[in-house]
Order: sequence, then C-alpha cells, then structure tokens
Amino acid sequence: MTRDDAFAQFLLRMGDNTLILGHRVSEWCGHAPVLEEDIALANTALDLIGQTQMWLGLAGEVQGEGKSADDLAFLRDAWDFRNVLLCEVPNGDFGRTLMRQFLFDAWHSIQLGRLMKSSDERVAAIAEKASKEVAYHLERSADTVVGLGDGTEESHRRMQEALDYLWPYVGEMFQSDEADAEMVKAGIAPDPASLREEYDALISRILSDATLTIPDSSFAHKGGRTGAMHTEHLGHLLTQMQWLQRAYPGAKW
Amino acid sequence: MSQVTTQPSTDQIWEWLDAVPDPEIPVISVVDLGIVRGVEWQGETLVVSVTPTYSGCPATSIISLDIETALRSKGIEYLKIETQISPAWTTDWLSEKGRAKLEEYGIAPPQPAGGPEKCPRCGSKNLTKVSQFGSTPCKAHWRCQDCLEPFDYFKCI
Repeated sequence: MTRDDAFAQFLLRMGDNTLILGHRVSEWCGHAPVLEEDIALANTALDLIGQTQMWLGLAGEVQGEGKSADDLAFLRDAWDFRNVLLCEVPNGDFGRTLMRQFLFDAWHSIQLGRLMKSSDERVAAIAEKASKEVAYHLERSADTVVGLGDGTEESHRRMQEALDYLWPYVGEMFQSDEADAEMVKAGIAPDPASLREEYDALISRILSDATLTIPDSSFAHKGGRTGAMHTEHLGHLLTQMQWLQRAYPGAKW
Repeated sequence: MSQVTTQPSTDQIWEWLDAVPDPEIPVISVVDLGIVRGVEWQGETLVVSVTPTYSGCPATSIISLDIETALRSKGIEYLKIETQISPAWTTDWLSEKGRAKLEEYGIAPPQPAGGPEKCPRCGSKNLTKVSQFGSTPCKAHWRCQDCLEPFDYFKCI
C-alpha cells in the first residue's frame, strides 16, 4: 500500500463517518419529540455533512482521479464505504440516537484534537474547523445522555438498552490496520488504538453521571472501516441518499 | 496610447463589502461577521478570502455569490473568491459595530462565559437556556425569565 493509498483510505474513513452519520441524523428532521430537539438534530447533521465536504473533497484530491466530494458521496456503492458500523445502525428511538451520537462524538472530539497536530496542514486545518463544532455536539449529546439516563424509570431503561445495543459497535473505532500504520509513520494521523484510554475515561465519567452501566464485554463488530462487511442497513440508507443520482445520473441542482 | 486603469484601493473594497449584508442576519454585514479574511490585488485580479462560520452553513455559497454580485456591480471585472478554512472562524472576529447591531436586532452577542450577558429586549440577567441549537447553526435558543421573551444567542466559538 502506497502512502497516497493509505492517505486516501484514511480520508474516506473520516468523510464516510461524517456522511453516513450525518445522513442518519438528518432522518430525524421533522420527527423529533419537540421542536428544539428537531432543530438541534438537524443542525448537528448539517455540521457533519459540511465536514464531509472537506474530508471527501481532500480524499478526491489525494486519489487524483478527478473525483469531487459529491462523486464520492453519491456514486459509490456499499462496499466502497469506509465508515465504522456505529454510524450506519438505524436510529431506533430518540434515546438510542443520542446514545449513538454521544459514543461517536466522544471518539470524534479526541480524534480531531490529535489531527489538529497532523503533519499534513490540510488535515490539521479541517480538524481545527471541525473540532469547534464537535466540541459543541459532545457537550449536547453528553448532557442529553445524563439527562435521560438519570431521568425517569422509563428514560433510564431506554438509555441502558441503547447502550447495551450499541456497545458492541464501539470497539471498531479503535482498530488499526496497515493504512493506519502508514498514517502514523507519516505523522498524519494517530494510531486509533492510542485513543482508547482517553475515550474510556471520558465515557466512563459521563455514563456514570447518567447512572448507566457499561456492558462487561469487549466483543466488537467490525468490517465497516475496512469495507470488508457492512451491516445490511447501509445499503438501505444508500438507496435513499443516492436515489436521485441513481435515477437521474449527473443531475444537477 | 497608454491605457489608464484605476484600481479601487483595498480600503475602498472593504467599504463596499461592509455594505453586503449577511443573508441570515441582514442587520450585520459580512465584514461585521468577520468572515472576510483578506482583500488583495494580484495583478488585475481581486482576490477575496472568505472563511465559513460553520462548515455546514448553507449560507456560505450565498455569501460568496452576494460578495461577487456586489463587487461586480462596482465594476470589478477579474474576481476570485477563495475559501479559507484555517485559522478557523471565531466569534472573536465579530466587530464591535456588529455586536451592537446584533443586540439591537434582538440577538444576544457572544460572550466568553458561554451564555448571553443579558436579555436583548429588557436587559434582565435572569435567563434560561432552552436549547443549545437555534434557528441557524451559529445561534442557540434562550429565554428571558422576566419579560418571558424567547431570543437567539449568538454562540461563542
């Protein structure tokens, strides 16, 4: 694997995470329990899609095949996506959506903090921009997880169920492969595994405030960030997200 | 015959840009908002650097278009608008004039403490946060506990 192949892979991973999660979160638009939450979810989705344009734009540049961020978002099929499985699991109820957001935001904020020191100044610039937004996402999702976890009997039960359901998807964010090793060597990105300690400390503190129990299992579903095996849900998501470009190839707004 | 071309000064350009309203908060200009980061002549071409407030802000492309339209109407022929993402935009770049206009309009200006200083309507400090997000990515939703009026707070980032 060449340096550029590894770099493009890394950028697809960053951009596909924000794209797929951004799309998932946008599915709430018009459906959230109260107007303020609807607006908050739509704004979070918007930030993530905005970040996607920067990551996938750079991915296209590094690939050097003349592909734009839009080409990469709309003209690839499931097996070419490199997002972690956590981002593609269905929304479930409001509690599960916010728990997924929290588990991702915590990783995202730590990752972007490291990427701000990247040896590649384009990566550092995107990370600097995105980290301001993600700090805000994390503040909100953490607050909501605590509010609902340490809330009523019903909300507590649902949040614990959400955590139990999503926990097996957490481990994939910290897995490393050949492309990651290449990124570490080039000083472009950290080894994913090196984020785990900080992540565990952060989520343990919040989940403990939320009176929730982290499942005692280290089993991790994987295959998303390598593209080896996505869940069945990604294909369904793409049929909706890519519908227009599939039905009318090359259509412009 | 020598051709005389008069290039407007960059000060003049800044002044023109200060008349271009932000599309979502039209009481302040794009210059007040602090998103115009540079104005420079490169030969015959005027280069304007613009930084997005939020990476997903849907107003970004409209802002570039508004800037282009304004400068073209002043006779600028060769124009390049560059997007600059680093250093990342911060609310510290809002002008004093912009902050005052925001407050007058009913939007509490950003504060380093992380919340509005006072109700933009009645001046009360008895405030409560309704939601961390508001009508646009750059704002949060607050309410005054005295006059009971809901209002937007320009988030500090």
